[in-house]
Amino acid sequence: MNKKYVHRFGLAVGVSLAAAGALAQEGDAERGQAAAATCSACHQADGSGMNVPNGESWPRLAGLDAEYIVKQLHDFKEGRRENATMVTFANMLDDQQILDVAEYFDQMAVTPGQGGDEADEALLARGQQLAERGDWNAYIVSCQSCHGPGGNGVGSTFPGVASQHAGYISTQLMAWKNGTRSNDPQNLMGAIAKRMSDNDIQAVSAWYATQSGSTQQETAQ
Amino acid sequence: MTTCRRPLIIALSGCSLAFGAGVSVYATNAFAQPEERPDAALNMLVHEPPTMEDLENSDLHPELKKVIRYGHDLFTNTQQLRGENVFNDMNCSSCHLGEGRVPFSAPVWAAAITLPDFRGKNQHVNNLEERIAGCFAYSMNGVPPEYGSDEMLALSAYHQWLATGAPMYPDKPIYGRGFPAPDEPAEEPDYARGEAAYQDNCSICHQEDGSGHYENDEYVFPAPWGDGSNNWGAGIARLDTMAGFIYQNMPLGQPRSLSEQDAWDIAYYVSSQERPQDPRYTGDVAETAERFHGRSLYGQTREQDGHVLGDHDNFGDKGDIKPWNVGMPRFENLSEE
Ligand code: HEC
Ligand code: HEC
Ligand code: HEC
Ligand code: HEC
Repeated sequence: MNKKYVHRFGLAVGVSLAAAGALAQEGDAERGQAAAATCSACHQADGSGMNVPNGESWPRLAGLDAEYIVKQLHDFKEGRRENATMVTFANMLDDQQILDVAEYFDQMAVTPGQGGDEADEALLARGQQLAERGDWNAYIVSCQSCHGPGGNGVGSTFPGVASQHAGYISTQLMAWKNGTRSNDPQNLMGAIAKRMSDNDIQAVSAWYATQSGSTQQETAQ
Repeated sequence: MTTCRRPLIIALSGCSLAFGAGVSVYATNAFAQPEERPDAALNMLVHEPPTMEDLENSDLHPELKKVIRYGHDLFTNTQQLRGENVFNDMNCSSCHLGEGRVPFSAPVWAAAITLPDFRGKNQHVNNLEERIAGCFAYSMNGVPPEYGSDEMLALSAYHQWLATGAPMYPDKPIYGRGFPAPDEPAEEPDYARGEAAYQDNCSICHQEDGSGHYENDEYVFPAPWGDGSNNWGAGIARLDTMAGFIYQNMPLGQPRSLSEQDAWDIAYYVSSQERPQDPRYTGDVAETAERFHGRSLYGQTREQDGHVLGDHDNFGDKGDIKPWNVGMPRFENLSEE
């Protein structure tokens, strides 16, 4: 019954084991490690990134879906996603290196999210509600109906958000709300974020930061 | 394109109510107070059902709370009855979005205040349990739990509790009931346009082949057609109901964002795909179509490939199990008036 996700962007990443001959389309984690040397200053050697209170948080990349990472790096390069810090580093990578670093981070184990520890019980309860059931009075669809059970991601289109840093999650939701991030397909994320209050954003960010994510490859519970 | 004439006309006669006025406010606040809404003039019953948080804060008996919680759980995770009562990949909430509370997504509390009543589908007076049993037999391609069983009682308790405060047998139409179809499209629904619009707007979640999506064996996106979907006898198999569902609810999170033309085209495309056989199948498509399918494309010939829709013996995962409630007669002893 477990249906294989049809890759939407048609890039053959993630299935790079049979590596012989013409494979300009496939990512290679080992090459990716070399190309990612400059990334670790912010995203850290283990891909864990860092929550930076009152500053620009560096997202965890460890365990993110390779195809999702590829899309984001191209979006930075081609101006569909704007961020002054990241555009510099994305521009340093060619198409092959993008595939390689994506594969490299994809294969890393998910690290814990930071920045949710100080949230009080009421805030976390609101966050859990939004994550698992949504708030249909405001037509906020539950996060898990797109990001999957536990917020661990669905295919390559819907990234895992559990175990991401609270500071990063809330920056992204605010960016969608303010219209400064709009690289999502069909405005799927923007439509939801625009209905969220600042408190909702804080709540769900804290909730997901405190949830342990699992990589999508794992079939464990 | 003569195939869709008939269903379309029926659809439009029944569904062209002027919901338009209320629609624009709805996306930001689904249950705004009647006096704040431009549609108050429509003189409809607007009911905001309680939330699960309200349940916890209420004075209801703790045992009743437990049962209502169980009903909510069955409604939103009906897959726990897979193989016993459910034989497709759906939950009740796959079609009744937002836990069955949301207007224009056939909010289920409406049944609790309008039943018992006569139902055309089975030609007798139905109560709430029988209505729920209907969605099991067709929408869930399943076999309903017994009347009076724990599951049935819990589900109906959940429905009835959602209706808290709404008047029984209301004398006004209910705001947001059912899946009202969008207005008549400028051009007749078209398969090829529908297919293109489906691939653009829907396949990212429901997949190009309509099979839906499971992630690590957990249900995420349901199947709009095929074995994992509802059978031909379900309400949503009617073209106008499908158009209404899509227009009012899809893509997820963006109600009424599609043009009316797109909604009808996509509905026509989705409704032209195969799904499990109608449990009322007599063994003959033409006869089954004649008796039960005035508003679906069942029994009609798909012009793309000449396939007659519903002409097969595939009942989906449930095989030859027959839902006990289908065709069950009632009140045969009452005299004719
Ligand atoms: C100076 C710090 C810094 C460096 C070095 C850096 N990044 Fe980033 N990266 C960021 C920040 C900040 C963001 C969040 C951008 C935003 O808010 O949109 C980010 C976001 C990303 C994202 C998007 C993640 C997501 O979940 O959508 C990817 C992918 C990424 N970086 C990859 C890289 C790679 C690959 C490198 C090395 C070539 C790199 N970054 C180097 C700071 C950095
Ligand atoms: C209708 C589908 C949908 C719903 C519901 C949804 N999202 Fe998303 N979300 C997306 C998509 C698609 C993306 C990927 C955007 C892209 O490709 O750049 C995304 C991206 C994100 C990101 C950025 C991840 C990253 O690594 O940069 C965050 C954070 C996020 N969503 C949080 C949430 C939260 C919290 C909720 C619930 C309140 C939610 N989403 C509900 C579709 C959805
Ligand atoms: C495949 C989609 C689908 C699924 C799944 C589904 N239903 Fe329905 N349901 C419908 C449609 C369509 C209607 C009829 C709406 C109308 O009036 O046009 C309906 C109507 C109802 C009604 C009557 C509402 C009213 O206005 O009177 C109730 C009650 C109901 N469903 C309960 C359930 C329950 C309980 C389940 C799960 C066991 C379920 N449904 C699963 C599509 C679905
Ligand atoms: C962002 C993902 C997403 C997109 C895009 C989307 N849907 Fe859905 N759809 C869902 C989810 C999730 C449900 C079930 C609701 C739930 O479980 O909360 C659903 C339910 C349905 C159903 C009822 C259940 C079934 O499978 O028959 C139909 C029909 C449907 N969608 C059709 C469409 C059509 C047509 C489009 C394009 C116009 C579309 N959807 C776009 C996610 C999506």
